[in-house]
Amino acid sequence: MISVRQLKKKLGAQEVLRGVDLEIATGETCAIMGRSGCGKSVLLKHFVGLFKPTSGTVWVDGEDITPLPERKLGAIRKKVGMLFQSGALFDSMNVEENIAFPLREAGLRNPKEIRDRVAEALEMVDLAGEQKKMPENLSGGMRKRVGLARTIVGRPACILYDEPTTGLDPIASDSINHLIRRLQKRLSVTSVVVTHDMKTAFHTADRIAFLHEGRIYFHGLPADLRASQDEAIVNFIEGRSGESS
Amino acid sequence: MVTTIGRIALSLLQYLGELATLVSETCVSLVVAPIRWRLVLRQIVEVGWRSQMVVVVTGGFTGAVLAAQAYFQFSRLGMKSAVGSMVAVSMFRELAPVLTGLMVSGRVGAAIAAEIGTMKVTEQIDALRSLGVHPTDYLVVPRVLALLFSMPLLVAECCAVSVLAGYVLGVHVLDISAAYYVRNMLLYAGPRDLKMALTKGLVFGIVIVFIACHQGLKTSNGAVGVGRAPTEAVVNGSLAVLILNFFLTFALNMVFPAGV
Ligand SMILES: Nc1ncnc2c1ncn2[C@@H]1O[C@H](COP(=O)(O)OP(=O)(O)OP(=O)(O)O)[C@@H](O)[C@H]1O
Ligand SMILES: [Mg+2]
Repeated sequence: MISVRQLKKKLGAQEVLRGVDLEIATGETCAIMGRSGCGKSVLLKHFVGLFKPTSGTVWVDGEDITPLPERKLGAIRKKVGMLFQSGALFDSMNVEENIAFPLREAGLRNPKEIRDRVAEALEMVDLAGEQKKMPENLSGGMRKRVGLARTIVGRPACILYDEPTTGLDPIASDSINHLIRRLQKRLSVTSVVVTHDMKTAFHTADRIAFLHEGRIYFHGLPADLRASQDEAIVNFIEGRSGESS
Repeated sequence: MVTTIGRIALSLLQYLGELATLVSETCVSLVVAPIRWRLVLRQIVEVGWRSQMVVVVTGGFTGAVLAAQAYFQFSRLGMKSAVGSMVAVSMFRELAPVLTGLMVSGRVGAAIAAEIGTMKVTEQIDALRSLGVHPTDYLVVPRVLALLFSMPLLVAECCAVSVLAGYVLGVHVLDISAAYYVRNMLLYAGPRDLKMALTKGLVFGIVIVFIACHQGLKTSNGAVGVGRAPTEAVVNGSLAVLILNFFLTFALNMVFPAGV
């Protein structure tokens, strides 16, 4: 579904991605892990063309999206939904309008159908009945879940989750983990889950990619990651900074 | 010294280039994307309807002081009845478009830059794009159309109020003969002056909205950037209005010559 080859990205003077190679098969869930600031969000944004690579190519659904101009990316973006790390809700709209936005853009006009789809999406993220609230009146975790509802409501074939469970309480994150799993099983959605959260990664992912120093340092089964003896990986999994007091 | 001038010239050129890119993107959008009339309407209310207060106050007081100053000078020459035409011609041809432009730049330009800038730094623009909506279609085009529609009307309103204020002050306070006031005004001010006012208003509206949208879209650097965007939009917008006005005056003078 998504295939990245020798992706390099410079932002300002900083070389954030230094040659990423990654294959994500249709229907699988791939978790991308890595330290804060290592470029996970930047990598994810390349998958829908929000960033243009400095060099290298990104293939989505058999098409090289790197040379496509902004207006031609619309078709890809209908297939690939993205949950932003910050939620990125439209703050001029209430929860219901936010979630209805992709439906309206897709040409849906029937108010009852829109209302039902919005309610259904809210139900999935455990926020039933919050339709009329404005984004500014939501907690961080609620915002993220509304963002998730907005991402899944259009039923994309592929969903990119940027830290879906960061900032959520353990129960809410568990239900999001199940939701990601459920979407994959029932609708065979291809998912990419960027996360720091071991639980999310091991619960949802078929394979895990570990981003380190601008490259994919490890890509394989969760069990192999756990069994790895590599220092960078072990330190990351066990949360050791290498400092002693 | 030379390098400083060179650098300023370069950054000016780059700025104009970015603006030109935004303008051409907007033109493309107008052709290829459906226009979102609901958003246009909402923007007309926001930028047009709600700007009337400032424009009316500006026009009214400027028309009145202009009448007063003209009266103080002209009455010594025994030309009191020329006050009306003086107010009308200078308001229509210069002051109404420029002052409306400055007020709209302050009120609307700042708001546009702040709103779009906030959307930019909070990833809402990326969210739009990720949902397959081009930010130009959704954010720029409705605002451009709204100002295109509202600006001439606001300028016309400013003209009307200023002439009325001048009349009230001249005839009812300063005791100029109403008949002469009106006759002279109609003799020296005509449709060509109104056309000039509206043309200038249209141009200023376009310039203001593009400068503001551009400033908003290129916002970066979090809250600091959002704080800076409206300031720069207003400064650049106001300067552009004043400078363009100079050239427009000469250009339009050929199309709509002043005087009888
Ligand atoms: N728009 C941008 N302009 C310049 N630099 C950027 C931009 N976005 C990200 N960066 C830089 O790229 C690097 C990677 O950022 P990114 O947001 O991808 O990190 P991340 O891995 O998602 O971290 P986190 O887990 O904290 O979200 C950072 O050093 C950041 O400073
Ligand atoms: Mg991130």
